[in-house]
Amino acid sequence: MKVAVDVPSYVKCRQSCRASMSAVRCWRFKRNVKDVSEEELFAPGHRGCAGCGCTVAMRLALKASGKNTIATHATGCMEVVSSPYPETAWRIPWIHVAFENSAAVASGVEAALKALGKKDKVNVIAFGGDGGTVDIGFQALSGAMERGHDLTYICYDNEAYMNTGVQRSGSTPFGAATTTSPVGAVSLGNDRPKKDLPAIVAAHGVGYVATASVAFPLDYYEKVKRAIAHKGPSYIHVHSSCPPGWGIPSEKSIEILRLAVDTGMWVLYEIVDGKGRITYKPATKHPVEEYLKVQKRFRHLDDETIAKIQESIDKRWSELFED
Amino acid sequence: MATDVIHGSKAVAEAVKLCDVDVIAAYPITPQTRISESLAKFAATGAIRAEYIKVESEHSAMSACIGASATGARTFTATSSQGLAYMFELLFVASGMRLPIVMANANRALSAPLNIWNDQQDSVSARDCGWIQIYVETNQEALDSVIQAYRISENHEILIPSMVCLDGYVLTHTMEPVDIPEQDLIEKYLPPFKPALSLDPDSPITLGAFANPSTYMEFRYEQQKAIERSFKAIEAAGKEYGKLTGREYGLLEEYNLDDAEIVLITMGSLAGTVKETLASLNDRRIGLLRVRAFRPFPKDDVRRLLKDVDKVAVIEKDISVGLGEGALFSEIKSSLYGLDSQPSMAGFIAGLGGRDVTPEDIAGVVKKVEKGFEGTGWVGLK
Repeated sequence: MKVAVDVPSYVKCRQSCRASMSAVRCWRFKRNVKDVSEEELFAPGHRGCAGCGCTVAMRLALKASGKNTIATHATGCMEVVSSPYPETAWRIPWIHVAFENSAAVASGVEAALKALGKKDKVNVIAFGGDGGTVDIGFQALSGAMERGHDLTYICYDNEAYMNTGVQRSGSTPFGAATTTSPVGAVSLGNDRPKKDLPAIVAAHGVGYVATASVAFPLDYYEKVKRAIAHKGPSYIHVHSSCPPGWGIPSEKSIEILRLAVDTGMWVLYEIVDGKGRITYKPATKHPVEEYLKVQKRFRHLDDETIAKIQESIDKRWSELFED
Repeated sequence: MATDVIHGSKAVAEAVKLCDVDVIAAYPITPQTRISESLAKFAATGAIRAEYIKVESEHSAMSACIGASATGARTFTATSSQGLAYMFELLFVASGMRLPIVMANANRALSAPLNIWNDQQDSVSARDCGWIQIYVETNQEALDSVIQAYRISENHEILIPSMVCLDGYVLTHTMEPVDIPEQDLIEKYLPPFKPALSLDPDSPITLGAFANPSTYMEFRYEQQKAIERSFKAIEAAGKEYGKLTGREYGLLEEYNLDDAEIVLITMGSLAGTVKETLASLNDRRIGLLRVRAFRPFPKDDVRRLLKDVDKVAVIEKDISVGLGEGALFSEIKSSLYGLDSQPSMAGFIAGLGGRDVTPEDIAGVVKKVEKGFEGTGWVGLK
C-alpha cells in the first residue's frame, strides 16, 4: 500500500526557499503576546465545543484584522456555532451565504466597497473550513484568487467535514479514520494524501500565502497581519484541531496541534511574492507516532504504516531543515 | 429621448447603464451573452462606473451579487437556462436575505437534450424562489422593466429581488426600435440606492444566520407579506413610469377584453404573435390577457377579469412534466377556483426548445377552443 503524507511541494521544490533556509532556520516573527490586540471581536459564549481549535482561529484572525473588517463565511462548524438567530458571536459585519461560495461572496463585498469608495478603510476576510475550501468551494476560491481581489481567504483546516459528523474531505490526512473512510478488513482509513491547497493557491501567483497553526498563535497572528496588509489576494491555511472529530481530549487540543508541527506532520511557512520560507523550526524532532497514537482517528494504524508515514516525514524534514 | 434600433440584449444593457449600477457580476451563456458583452464594453469605455466582476460561474455571479448588495451596492446580473439552474440555491438566499438584486434572464430551454433556443422552462421552474418575475413582450419593455425593477425591489416596504425575463433570441437577438430615456429623467424616477441594512463596520450586523424551527417560518411569512405589498408597487412603478415616458405598465395587460367571450392567456413575446393573430381574425369576441407579473401572481385581478368569460385558453412555453400542464395554466385554474360560473379551460404547451409558434398555430388554438376543447393540448407536436 502506498503511503503518502501532506508535503507542501511548493516549498519543498523551491530552490530559492532551500537556499535561504539556513538563514531563516532560527528566524521567528518578532511578536510577543503584548502586541496582540485585547479587543474581542469574536465574542465568547458561542457554541463551539470545549477545546475547539477553529474558534481560536476565528478569534485571533479578528484580533489581527481589527474592527474595520467585513467577513464572509462558508457553511460549516464556525458558521453554525457562531450565528444561531437571533444570537451572533460576530462583532464585525459578517455574512454567510452558502457552503461553496465564501470567496465569491467576498469578491462581491470587495467590489462593492471599491464601487462605494470605501475599500481603503475596510478589510475583507473570507472564511471557510477545509470542506468549503479544498473541495466544494475550490472553484469559487480559484476564481477569486485569479481575479486579484483585495481580500484574505482563511481556511481553517480541521481535516474532515466535522459539521456533518466527521466525513472525509480532500484535506483529510492519509490513514485517518472518518465516517466515510472507516477502518475495515480491507481499509486502513483514508487512502489518499492530503490535498496541498496552499501550493495550489500559490500557483495562482497569489502574493501572500501562508500556513499556520492555532497552537502557534503569534506566528498565525503575524501572518494574518501580513495577509491583510498585502494588496490583492492573500491566503492562509490554518491547522485547527477538532476534539470530537480527531478523537482527542479537549484539554489536549493545543498540545496535539503543537505535536503536528513538532513531528513535521504540519509545517509553518509563508510564500511572499513567490519566495517561500519556514517560519518555525522545531527544536527537537518528535517521532510521528507521538502525534498519531494520541488520536482516535489514527489509533488503528499498524507499525508498518506508521513507519512509512515516518519515512515520508523524514524525507521532507531533511529537505526542509537539513543542509 | 433617443430612439435606436437595437437587440433586446442591448436594451437591457442600456437600462443597466441608466440605473447607474455599482456592481455587475455576470458569466456568459447563450443567449444572454450579448448582455454581458454590452456591459463589458460600457465598462471598458467608461460609459458606466460599475465594478464588473468577470466571475467564473453563474453560481459565483449570484454569490458576488449577494455580497455586493449586502454591502450596500446596486447590483445586476444576467443569465439564462443552465446558468439560472446553476444559481438555484442562491436565488433563495438572495430573496431570503431581502436583497434587491435585479437580474435579466434570457429565457432558454433546459437540457437534456441540450438546446440553446427559447422557451420559458428556466425561469418558470424558479417561480418559488421568492423573486418578483416580470415577463416582457418587447425590447422596449425589457429596457423599461429593468428600470422599474430597481424601483420596485429597492422599496423598503418590499426588498425582494427581481427577475426580468425576456425570450431568448426572439427578443435578445432581434432588432426593434427602442426609445432610450434621458439619464436625468431616470435619475428623477430612480433615486440612488439606500440599503435598509448593510455590512458596515460602523454598525455591524450578522447576515445569513441559521434559524431553527422556532424562528424559520416567520422569515418565509414575512417574505410572502412583502411580495404581496409589491402588487401595488409594481402597478405604481408602471404608472409613474408612464407619466415620464408615455409607456405605462401593470401586472397584466388586457387586450381586446371588453366583449371577449374567449380569452387567450400567455406570457412574454408570444403575446405579440397572439395580437397579430387576433388583429387578422378581427373578432371582438376573442381577447388576450398577457401575464406580465408571474410572481407575485395577480390572482384576484385574473379572477375579476375572467369571471364572466366563456372560454379560457392558456398558451405557454413550459411544462410541469408529470402533471402534464404548464405552470401558468395551473395558476389560472387556481385563480378561477370556486367561481359560480367557471369558464371552460384549456391549456396548451407550445414552442418548447425554440419551436416556432405561428399565427396559424394561434388561430388553430382558437378554433379548437371554439369547438369546445377543454383540458390540455400540445401545439405543433410532430
